[in-house]
Amino acid sequence: MVTVTEHEHLLAAARAAAGRVVDPEIPALSITDLGVLRDVRLGADGVVEIDITPTYSGCPAMRLIAHEIEAVVEAAGLGRPRVKLVLAPAWTTDWITPAGREALRRSGIAPPAPGGGRRALFGADEAIICPHCGASDTEKLSEFGSTACKALWRCRSCGEPFDYFKCH
Amino acid sequence: MTTIAVAETPLSLGLLRLADTALVHAHRLSEWCGHAPMLEEDLALANIALDLLGQARALYAYAAEVEDAGRTEDDLAYLRDAPQYRNLLMAELPKGDFAFTILRLLLLAARDQPFWKAASGSRDATLAAIAAKAEKEAAYHLRHAGEWVIRLGDGTVESGRRMREALAALWPYTGELFEADVADRALIEAGVLPDPADLRPRWEAAVNRVFAEAGLARPAECWMHSGGRSGRHTEHLGHLLAVMQHLQRAYPGATW
Repeated sequence: MVTVTEHEHLLAAARAAAGRVVDPEIPALSITDLGVLRDVRLGADGVVEIDITPTYSGCPAMRLIAHEIEAVVEAAGLGRPRVKLVLAPAWTTDWITPAGREALRRSGIAPPAPGGGRRALFGADEAIICPHCGASDTEKLSEFGSTACKALWRCRSCGEPFDYFKCH
Repeated sequence: MTTIAVAETPLSLGLLRLADTALVHAHRLSEWCGHAPMLEEDLALANIALDLLGQARALYAYAAEVEDAGRTEDDLAYLRDAPQYRNLLMAELPKGDFAFTILRLLLLAARDQPFWKAASGSRDATLAAIAAKAEKEAAYHLRHAGEWVIRLGDGTVESGRRMREALAALWPYTGELFEADVADRALIEAGVLPDPADLRPRWEAAVNRVFAEAGLARPAECWMHSGGRSGRHTEHLGHLLAVMQHLQRAYPGATW
C-alpha cells in the first residue's frame, strides 16, 4: 500500500525530474522556469500524470518536450508518465520565473517586460534593456525572430543585435 | 484515393470552418518561406503561418474528438478533398505579391482578433481555451500587417499602386467573413461562437484606421463572393491541396 509520504516522495521526484527538462530552442531555460510545466500528479491507477502548456499555439517544441519528460521520468524509476497538453489557462510570459528571466538574460535574450501584456494595433513599443551591455537605447529590427516566441532587436549603444522574448 | 467527409453537426462544421481557414491561410503564408522581400519578413510570415497552423491543429483535434469516429487531426487535414473543405475563399487565393499577402493578413487578422477575444468567453470550454491563445496571436498579426499596409499604401508610387490593386482584388471576398447560416446561428444561440454581426464594427474600425493612415480609399459596396464555408471553392484550393496532401496521397498512411 502506498502511504501518503511515499506518495509525496514519488510526486516530488517526478516533479524534479520533469522540471529539469529544457526548452530545446533555449537550452538555458528549464520548462519549470519557462512556466510550461503546469502540474504533476498521481493518477488513480498510480501512473504519474504531467500537464504541459504551449507558449504559442504552433510551438514546434512541445512534442520533443513531451518525449523528454517521458524519458527522464521513466529513467528516474518512476514509470512511464502520461504527458498531457493543456491549453487553459493560456500561457503568459508572466509565468517565466525570476531565475528563468536571469537565465534568458545570460543567454543573450532580453526577457519580456513583466506584466506588459497585450498591445493594441498601434501600441507603443516598450523600452527593452540590451542583454549584452545593459543599455536601454535599443530599437526593434523585426517583430518576429528566430522562434515564434521571440522578436529581433538591436542595441544602439553596443551595436549588437539580440533576441527579445516577446511579451505575451 | 481515400477521401473522407466528416459527419457535420453545427459544432463540427463550425470547428472545420475555423480550422480549414487557419490551415489554408497558413499554407499560403508558408509559400513565402525563402521568397519574402527580406529576411526579417521571411521569418515573420513563417512565424505567423506557424501560429495559424498551431490553431488549426488544436481545432482539428477537437473536431475529431467531437466527431468521435476514431479520426485524428491529420486525417482531417490530409484526407478531405476540396468539396469537404470549409475555409473562407479569401484564404485560398494564390499568394500574389507581397502587397496582396499582407493586405489579406490584415483583413483576416482584423476579424480573427475580435472573434477569438469574444470566443474566449465561449460556453464550450475547449473552444474557449483555444481562443484565449489565438487571440493574443491574432493581435500580433494584426499589428504587423497594419504597419506594412500603412508603409506600402503610403510609400512609393509603385507600392501604393500594388496596395490599391490588392485591395480591389480582395474586397469582394470580405463579405464571407461576416456570414452566418443555420449552423452558425445554432452555435451563436448556444453561446459557443460569437455573432459575426457583433464583430463587424471592430473589424470596420481596425481596417478603416489602417486605410486612413495608408491613404487607401475604402472600396465601394459591391457584389461579394461566397461559398467556401459550404465547400464551393475557387479552382485554386484543389491545387493547394495537391501540394499539401501530396505525401499522404502518394504514400497512404505514411508517418514521420
